Amino acid sequence: MTDADPVETFLNALLAMDRVAAKRALGGPGEAAARLDVVERLVVPSLERIGDLWERGEVSLSQVYMSGRMCEEMVDAILPPCDPRRVDQPPMAIAVLDDYHLLGKRMVYSVLRASGYELKDYGTLDADTLVSRVVRDGIVVLLISVLMLPSALHIKRVREAMDRAGCRPFILVGGAPFRFDTELWREVGADAMAGTAAEGVTLVRKFLDDLPKEHRA
Amino acid sequence: MSTRPMTSLERVLTALGHREPDRVPLFLLLTMHGAQELGLSIETYFSRPEYVIEGQLRLQRKYRNDCLYSFFYASVETEAWGGDVLYTDDGPPNAGRPVIRTPEQIRTLEPPRVADCACLVKVLEATRGLKAAGDGETPIIGVVMSPFSVPVMQMGFEAYLILMFEQPDLFEHLMRLNEAFCIDWANAQLAAGATAICYFDPVSSSTIVSPEHFRRTGLQVAKRTLAGIKGPVAMHFASGRCTPILDDLPDTGAAVIGVSVLDDLAALKQRAAGKMALLGNLNGVEMRRWTPEQAEAQVKAAIAAAGHGGGFILSDNHGEIPYQVPEDTLLAVSEAVHRWGAYPLAVSGERASAPPPKVPRS
Repeated sequence: MTDADPVETFLNALLAMDRVAAKRALGGPGEAAARLDVVERLVVPSLERIGDLWERGEVSLSQVYMSGRMCEEMVDAILPPCDPRRVDQPPMAIAVLDDYHLLGKRMVYSVLRASGYELKDYGTLDADTLVSRVVRDGIVVLLISVLMLPSALHIKRVREAMDRAGCRPFILVGGAPFRFDTELWREVGADAMAGTAAEGVTLVRKFLDDLPKEHRA
Repeated sequence: MSTRPMTSLERVLTALGHREPDRVPLFLLLTMHGAQELGLSIETYFSRPEYVIEGQLRLQRKYRNDCLYSFFYASVETEAWGGDVLYTDDGPPNAGRPVIRTPEQIRTLEPPRVADCACLVKVLEATRGLKAAGDGETPIIGVVMSPFSVPVMQMGFEAYLILMFEQPDLFEHLMRLNEAFCIDWANAQLAAGATAICYFDPVSSSTIVSPEHFRRTGLQVAKRTLAGIKGPVAMHFASGRCTPILDDLPDTGAAVIGVSVLDDLAALKQRAAGKMALLGNLNGVEMRRWTPEQAEAQVKAAIAAAGHGGGFILSDNHGEIPYQVPEDTLLAVSEAVHRWGAYPLAVSGERASAPPPKVPRS
């Protein structure tokens, strides 16, 4: 791949945290409406590649975070939150269970929004509050981020309580404990685990693609 | 050669001198398990220094551990800065809402005085008690959070990254405040009887910031801070990778490096041999469901990778073993170190040439 490759140019600007170069690579503001496809053509593949590089230990979490944040800002400028051209989807939400370390959730939220999805941000919740919100909002895709092992283990209680309430969302989990024990997500009753924010987007997309049309919003 | 087994202190000092002691030292870094030993809740356990003293002594005897660990929990430091601590029944007390809610607050922030903070005084009392009650032959390991990493708890990870990358003046000011506190806190623990200090710095790891950024920031902070600490220091990345920055680390003055399970222990050993000792790198999260046989295999593999020639202490990769890891597994880890860690080692060493570290992208 050469520097002239648009994805590589955009990617390098993101990793260098160079907003000006990144905006230049996406195209000028005047052309934005006509260039909606840059989200699919540049943003999504770049964030996927950054996720792969993070997985291989070749970029740092701060670069992943700043890239996601910059992309989210740029995509919001092109595609405002209520734009009907955002992805048509059933209700989705993201939450952090039990602690105030919000970065992982923030990264997934940014990358999903930068990929054209909308989702509710529940912030930090305990297990009981999370269950009642999910039931109230009819959430179909629930993303849960944790930092600590005990919080990861508490997801099992969330799943069991939602089962009792007759609510069965697709639960996608992520965070350090799942990276260090790749069996843990099954143990806590999740449907999938994402090692990176970009992988989270891929898994959400796949789930939504497989979802029968009548179950969408 | 003397037939008398070495004391823990002799064993550790020999290993840190890059020579082979009688066996690989074991640092089983247990905190909350002391509460289990005493039949107390985690919150009650950490409420009184005498509980921690008794818990640590029992753990040391039970697992034939080569250190006493005076560490309570990481958020004791943000508690000192005015933050809340959230206790749970099954994990380490966690930091509550950030104490620094806007970057501008940093301009008027003042470091707490160690002697004025009841939470820190409690740790110092535990350290003094361990020194008095211990045999004098087991090192006591105190802990500080690095000035570069503690803002994750002081202000939240996201706000801290934005500060770091977008407000360099305020970032630098916060570092100076945190450095002053960290040096005082480390030296207070050394004065109370800690043998060495473990400087936890996950944000400096290549998992969190790029090596170039580390060299401009975390490395400078570590050099300034460790220069003020009047005792030996281990630098620990709490599960974060250190392979890309290993060659920078001797400049910090750290004698020991805590290694992640994400790092290649054998490759690191080749690069660090004779310069810095390595501490690690069992996977504490996975350890929860290891069988005794798996525990033995993991210990053997780590010793084979890094035990030859000394310069290695067997430990977990995070600096704290999860509360959920059962006693049988910990006993199996201890038994395996005593069996397979005896020098000369019976396990074959990893002699393959170390691959060059990947060049991270920046």
